[in-house]
Amino acid sequence: MVRWILEPGLFSNGTVRTALLLGALVSVVSGVVGIFTVLRGQSFAGHALTDVATAGGSGAALASLSPLLGFIGGGVIGAGAMDAIGVQRVKDRDVATGVVLGAATGLSALFLYLITLQTSTTGSTQSILFGSIFTVGPSTLPDVALLSVVVLVGVMVIRRPLLMGSISPELAAARGVRLRMVGIAFMVMLAAAVGLSAIAIGSILSTALLIGPPASALKVVSRLSHAVVLASVLGVMATWLGIVFAYDSYYWFGSGRGLPVSFFVVADVLVEFVAVNLVARRRRLRVVEEPATTAMPEQVGWI
Amino acid sequence: MTNAWISGTIIALLAGAVGFFVVLRGSAFAAHAIPNGAFAGAAGANLVGINPLFGLVVFALGAAFGISSMSRRTRSDVATALALVMMLALGAAFLATSSAYEPAVNALLFGEILGVSSSEILPVVVLAVVCALGLTLLYRPLLFSSIASELAVAKGVNVRLIDTLFLVVVALSSALAVPVVGALLTFSLMIGPPAAARIVTSSAHRALALSVVFSLLTLWAAVASSYWTDLPIGFFVGTMSAAIYLAARAWMRLDSRRSRRALA
Amino acid sequence: MVGIDLLEVVDVDVALSGRMVLRDVNFRIDHGEFTGLIGSNGAGKTTLLRVLLGLQDVVRGRVLVHGEPMTRSNSSVGYVPQKVLFESDVPVRVRDFVALGIDGNRYGLARRSRHTYELVDEMLESVEAAAFANRRISSLSGGEQQRVLIAHALVSKPELLLLDEPLANLDPGSAQEIIQLLHSVVTNQHVAILLSAHEMNPLLPVMDRVVYVANGRVASGTTEEVVQPEVLSALYGHHVDVLRVHGRVLVVAGGDERGDSLVADHPAVVLE
Repeated sequence: MVRWILEPGLFSNGTVRTALLLGALVSVVSGVVGIFTVLRGQSFAGHALTDVATAGGSGAALASLSPLLGFIGGGVIGAGAMDAIGVQRVKDRDVATGVVLGAATGLSALFLYLITLQTSTTGSTQSILFGSIFTVGPSTLPDVALLSVVVLVGVMVIRRPLLMGSISPELAAARGVRLRMVGIAFMVMLAAAVGLSAIAIGSILSTALLIGPPASALKVVSRLSHAVVLASVLGVMATWLGIVFAYDSYYWFGSGRGLPVSFFVVADVLVEFVAVNLVARRRRLRVVEEPATTAMPEQVGWI
Repeated sequence: MTNAWISGTIIALLAGAVGFFVVLRGSAFAAHAIPNGAFAGAAGANLVGINPLFGLVVFALGAAFGISSMSRRTRSDVATALALVMMLALGAAFLATSSAYEPAVNALLFGEILGVSSSEILPVVVLAVVCALGLTLLYRPLLFSSIASELAVAKGVNVRLIDTLFLVVVALSSALAVPVVGALLTFSLMIGPPAAARIVTSSAHRALALSVVFSLLTLWAAVASSYWTDLPIGFFVGTMSAAIYLAARAWMRLDSRRSRRALA
Repeated sequence: MVGIDLLEVVDVDVALSGRMVLRDVNFRIDHGEFTGLIGSNGAGKTTLLRVLLGLQDVVRGRVLVHGEPMTRSNSSVGYVPQKVLFESDVPVRVRDFVALGIDGNRYGLARRSRHTYELVDEMLESVEAAAFANRRISSLSGGEQQRVLIAHALVSKPELLLLDEPLANLDPGSAQEIIQLLHSVVTNQHVAILLSAHEMNPLLPVMDRVVYVANGRVASGTTEEVVQPEVLSALYGHHVDVLRVHGRVLVVAGGDERGDSLVADHPAVVLE
């Protein structure tokens, strides 16, 4: 049975081990940053920054620069551009994000086209665009780990003003939180986080792990710290299961061609989301009728 | 080339009108996600060997219904993100199992001015007419629910139904646009030109008309540039859409400064 | 047999996410009456208005308009929300927005008749908003927006106008202007008004009746009948004093338990 689920040689395979480690690391970062992304309603920005980072990555590949620099630099520049266009109101944010995403994707199209002209290797477009967790070598691991820690520490530092600004901007401003600065700081960390995950696991998974597990966690848990932990756990679970399935899938068809990891991880993320929703609904049905409790007349005052 | 002009013009007319509402409703994310569904559909159609237009339409509609039904349970941006990754993952899986020719994949993602053959013009025209009729029918309730949904509900507008029907229109127009403009750039034609139009004028009718004009200009310029330079059309559509928006903003800022100076 | 009231609320209970927020709500509104829906923030005023609009289901009871059960989109009821957040450059002018009050729920592209625009302009005139008829709706100040929302609601010629805290975001001057405006709507156009507010004093001169919400329950009648220590104490479930100072009414949690300390917490109230 175990042999059937875990194909022989799974854990002795170096690529797989790197993938498991990287996947876990990125899942945790995405879980933590994703909680705030979902709370702030910035899923679109989170996804768009992944694609903007990809444009940076393809530009770097074209100019033979470090891909990590390209991905993260691209993301941070994109975040700055969105802020410059204007992100004060929700629907304005939508246009700003869309305009930057459109321009960046256009650039991606150009860079990738030029790359295919330059090198005659095939598959570069898809590997840059969709990415694969199996293509990253162990040499990237230390860089990714270091940057992950930087992002996690950054989010920890601004978590209180960030949370307050996400829940009630007016209250936060009254308490002296500089909303715009906190917002920009968060966008930069978001850009770094998704750039990191785009290079490590690909842009599809970057968005899937950024939004799926945090949205699931927020459905069932009401405390921020618990939600962060649950989102990370759900993310790591989805990633690991996905890697195992993808590795196994090489043997399913007997043709030596497997299904992509992204497919399995996304499927796991969605299954988790559906399951959590079912749990949440069952819980809601169990809520008993409580009496209203607004006993005092607004203390004292003019009415 | 004639096909490119004809289909490009149809696509631009439609994208300009649909985009006016996309921007008004703040549905840029959905407009970005749905064409990715179309992409998965084309890849799937390629895998099983059926007419790609069929795959484009079915999967784009699937993405639209997925977003609108999930939005009832959870925040709509989360629903959109999940539908988006599901569609992309399906697309990637279809590509991995088929032996898709890379330039064909790139064309689907970033556009191809020769993306519509003359035999496909007729279905394109039919679908475009359906979309145009849909928008005409929905015009007022759609406008009303986009700017003040609470008031529209109180007035008896079925806001949910309007939302779903609008996403269907987005899906059909995306299915048309994806083979030409590319799955990743179809949405930019629905954002930049309309966003530019609404900055410049304060009347809904004029903004809608101007949005269509801007979108036509953008697409014609992109088709021509792509034809002359041989670079992918998506590059031109994406950057020119952003440029027209930034230009409109700059023009408005200059204009308001000039009128302020005239006052002083 | 009494004549049929414009609006009648009978034995209504309302629950929000499994929690009862309103119980045994009973009141009626007649043609051309100005009624204040008074209660502190969170007392359930907005919920009650949503019930009257058919947007919120009730657990028990009935809402009747002209003796018939209320349905959503009843054209005899108009609604003015507290505030509509328009995005910054929404390309819709004030006139077109008010016209949507007539045809916003109609499918198709039928052209607006000249009569529609005459009606729109007449309404904008009557709320003194004609001066900004061609401006973007997003460029209006709070008071201007309030006028436009009222015109939008009145343009479909309702018999009852529901307003959700229309005074909450206004300075006292603009609030007075809106109250006078609404008073003239009641007298000139014979439209009944139900207006929610957390402060009743500005409304005292114009209010015919009051519907007082507290503690999930409702008391209704003329101001003199309802704003009495016995009625309000019964509503709140503990002793409440009603003070009348210089023509203003002041409701104070008093007597037992925490009353005295509460007044001491708010010396400004005592000083005034």
